[in-house]
Amino acid sequence: MATTLNINGQEVSFDAPPEMPLLWVLRDVLGLTGTKFGCGMAQCGACTVHIDGKPVRSCVLPVGNLQRRAITTIEGIGATPAGASVQKAWLDLEVVQCGYCQSGQIMSAAALLASTPDPDDSDIDAAMAGNICRCGTYVRIRAAIKQAASAQKS
Amino acid sequence: MTVTAQSSKVSRRRVLGGALATGFVFAFHLPVGAAKASQAKDPADGKFAPNAYIRIDESGQVTLVMPQVEMGQGIYTGVATILAEELDADLTQVVLEHAPPDEKLYANPSFGIQATGGSTSVRAFWTPLRKAGATARAILIKAAADGWQVTPESCSAADGTVVHNASGRKLRYGELVDPASKLSPPSDVPLKDPKDFVLIGKPLKRLDTPDKVNGKVIYGIDAMMPGLKFATLAQCPVFGGKVANIDSEAAVKIPGVRQIIALDDLVAVVGDHMWAAKRGLEALKITWDEGKNANISSKDIWDHLRAASESDGVVAKSIGDVAKMRNVGDGYDASYEMPFLAHGTMEPLNCTVHVTSNSCDVWVGTQIIARARSVAAKAAGLSEDRVTIHQHLLGGGFGRRLEVDMIATAVRIGSKVDGPVKIVWTREEDIQHDIYRPVYRDNISTRLSGDKVIALKYRVAGSSVIARWLPPGFQKGIDTDAVDSAADTPYDIPNLQVEYVRVEPPAVPTGFWRGVGPNNNVFAIESFMDELARKVNKDPIAFRRDMLGKTPRLQHVLDLVAEKSNWGQPLPPRVGRGVSVQPTFNTSIATVVEAEVDTGGDVYIRQVTLAVDCGLVVNPDTVVAQVEGGMIFGLTAALYGEITLDKGRVQQSNFHDYRMLRIDQVPKINIHLVKSGEAPGGIGEASVVGGPPALRNAIYAATGVALRRLPIDRRLIAEKKSWL
Repeated sequence: MATTLNINGQEVSFDAPPEMPLLWVLRDVLGLTGTKFGCGMAQCGACTVHIDGKPVRSCVLPVGNLQRRAITTIEGIGATPAGASVQKAWLDLEVVQCGYCQSGQIMSAAALLASTPDPDDSDIDAAMAGNICRCGTYVRIRAAIKQAASAQKS
Repeated sequence: MTVTAQSSKVSRRRVLGGALATGFVFAFHLPVGAAKASQAKDPADGKFAPNAYIRIDESGQVTLVMPQVEMGQGIYTGVATILAEELDADLTQVVLEHAPPDEKLYANPSFGIQATGGSTSVRAFWTPLRKAGATARAILIKAAADGWQVTPESCSAADGTVVHNASGRKLRYGELVDPASKLSPPSDVPLKDPKDFVLIGKPLKRLDTPDKVNGKVIYGIDAMMPGLKFATLAQCPVFGGKVANIDSEAAVKIPGVRQIIALDDLVAVVGDHMWAAKRGLEALKITWDEGKNANISSKDIWDHLRAASESDGVVAKSIGDVAKMRNVGDGYDASYEMPFLAHGTMEPLNCTVHVTSNSCDVWVGTQIIARARSVAAKAAGLSEDRVTIHQHLLGGGFGRRLEVDMIATAVRIGSKVDGPVKIVWTREEDIQHDIYRPVYRDNISTRLSGDKVIALKYRVAGSSVIARWLPPGFQKGIDTDAVDSAADTPYDIPNLQVEYVRVEPPAVPTGFWRGVGPNNNVFAIESFMDELARKVNKDPIAFRRDMLGKTPRLQHVLDLVAEKSNWGQPLPPRVGRGVSVQPTFNTSIATVVEAEVDTGGDVYIRQVTLAVDCGLVVNPDTVVAQVEGGMIFGLTAALYGEITLDKGRVQQSNFHDYRMLRIDQVPKINIHLVKSGEAPGGIGEASVVGGPPALRNAIYAATGVALRRLPIDRRLIAEKKSWL
């Protein structure tokens, strides 16, 4: 059964069962491998994407309900003002180590900044505690979110 | 910068040897072989390749071949910096290339095999890489000078250009490829004086990160190709068990399921995508023959280890005469225990293979590429020259990707599949079929005269990873890693004996885990030092300092951390500071953790302060990043890390029950780097080691509870006990 989704501003059609999680459609059907598999049960946040600007864990999100919704992935987030400032701050502060979780971290951070332009530490904790980083880049993630926030203001 | 995955066409010649072989492999040193670096331009491709690490083509493109793999530790930038420093190349214009499997060209001088681990990369490759860069630079300068009919001494190089100083004439490296390739390499090229470094020591931007913030980076798990199928697997949940029977009636009906493969010890389902493969696997009814380990539990493993730890071990170090001192002064004894740990790399285990009757292609990120090729060849029944390993950046390694079990498994599965297949482990399979950090038990007994330690006997009992993984390192019954930081304890104790009891846990495979042997030994020794300090009524830092007279670098970091952590300043009730000091991986670190403990035993880490002397630093920002991350890695294990067994099965399965520290639990981490001209030390693993004992000692200071095993058990704190 053909499904049509709007991904990063483009209409994309494919065949997949409606209960299939978005993560596997992105990665295995569409070849958008920037979104990562980490746990398969919404525990680690590596698969975070945006649906209508809100962060969601794509590993547990069936594609069947997503028609006419705007899906944004790491490949497209740089086109949003919050996404671009987060990516820049991530590089400026050298947040990244292995990088595997960072697609999800950046998607969560971009959603936070889009809704909360001046987040405090508790906002950052609440928005980012669902994203595990095994390399332990959390100190710099916090600093980079603050830097991206102040860059957006100026 | 780009990272290319194409195989290198470097001329197959040995690079200059003479590395610093140090660290947990200190007790042995596999020869690297003599150096014979001459260069040749391959007339077909117009390239100047003075050695295995550097290639310059006529367009001026400088390609640097990375002997060590990038898994987050920043080594691609580090290696490139060292090469570019001595080559005087423009670091922003280089291309990095993964080294192909070739033990002759790219063996890690610390191991004698091609491996990234043990915090050895900078230590082992520091001198060979500098010589490689300097030699190439000397040839390029000579080629330019010859053309200008001037002396090489009258020329200099910078940013990929040779300049004749007097006339200002310039030639780019790319313009010198042809004449340079005809020259013989000079021997014994002088290396730069560190004061002349323009790249080393600067916080240069990492070369691998731009593609890591936009989804473009390709890890092994992202390999894609036409006709690719997707598979996932179930291995027998009991270690060593076999497949008895499968009922695939329901599984084959699931849309997208293409093939079910039952091997001796596992079942894999191949589908059009991972979702089909996962659903197919869930629908399979598998009966396992669980074998002899079906009833093993954690209690059996601990009983076995505790009993073994009571017998005499092989003596790894002996100073003075411990036996003679056994009735002198006061005695104090304690034992410490460390749990099994899984690695939990964020990129789950995976491997993509395409096996045909005469070829085997493998797409993977591995810390040990030559061994990967060898195991793939064996599993495919082909010779090694028929196997191509496509190396990738790693989504975390931590020692897990020093193993090749996943590659053998993938090739066994892929041999049954027509076309390429990507095999992805679910997180549950990844955690339940890891190769685990061993359980250890450390028995310490000491004799005290007043406030002085006059004798100390330390016995570590645990699995030998070295004996399996690098047999030449296992000599006379001693595992050099298992006694690392104990046999070479920095404490000046007149009578010291360090023993090792090799005891392999039943059923459970064991391997390296970031921080390796020192994680265990530094935890035990530093916990014990705090208990001794309390017994003799001395401040924990003053007590340690008195015994560190022979290691001034350690004394210095201890003094620095005392000052920076406000050691000795008053704290609120139930808040404590704990210290640890470590000589690991040729790096001196002192750590102070400040923690608050509530009456229910919950621990809140307020802040961490470190003083770090890792010798000469290639990239200070990378060192700081490694210290931050390593601290969090270690504290995660201290607070949560434990793999347990019941009925032969690992009980943990995913991040809900094998927990990781999250951003809301991370304290402020204050890092003070000591400026040093000493040889570079390791940092990626050293940074993991000190947090757990410092946290344990902070809890001891806050509550008086002397915890003696990890992970920290809040019930013990609440009940004021060392053991349950």
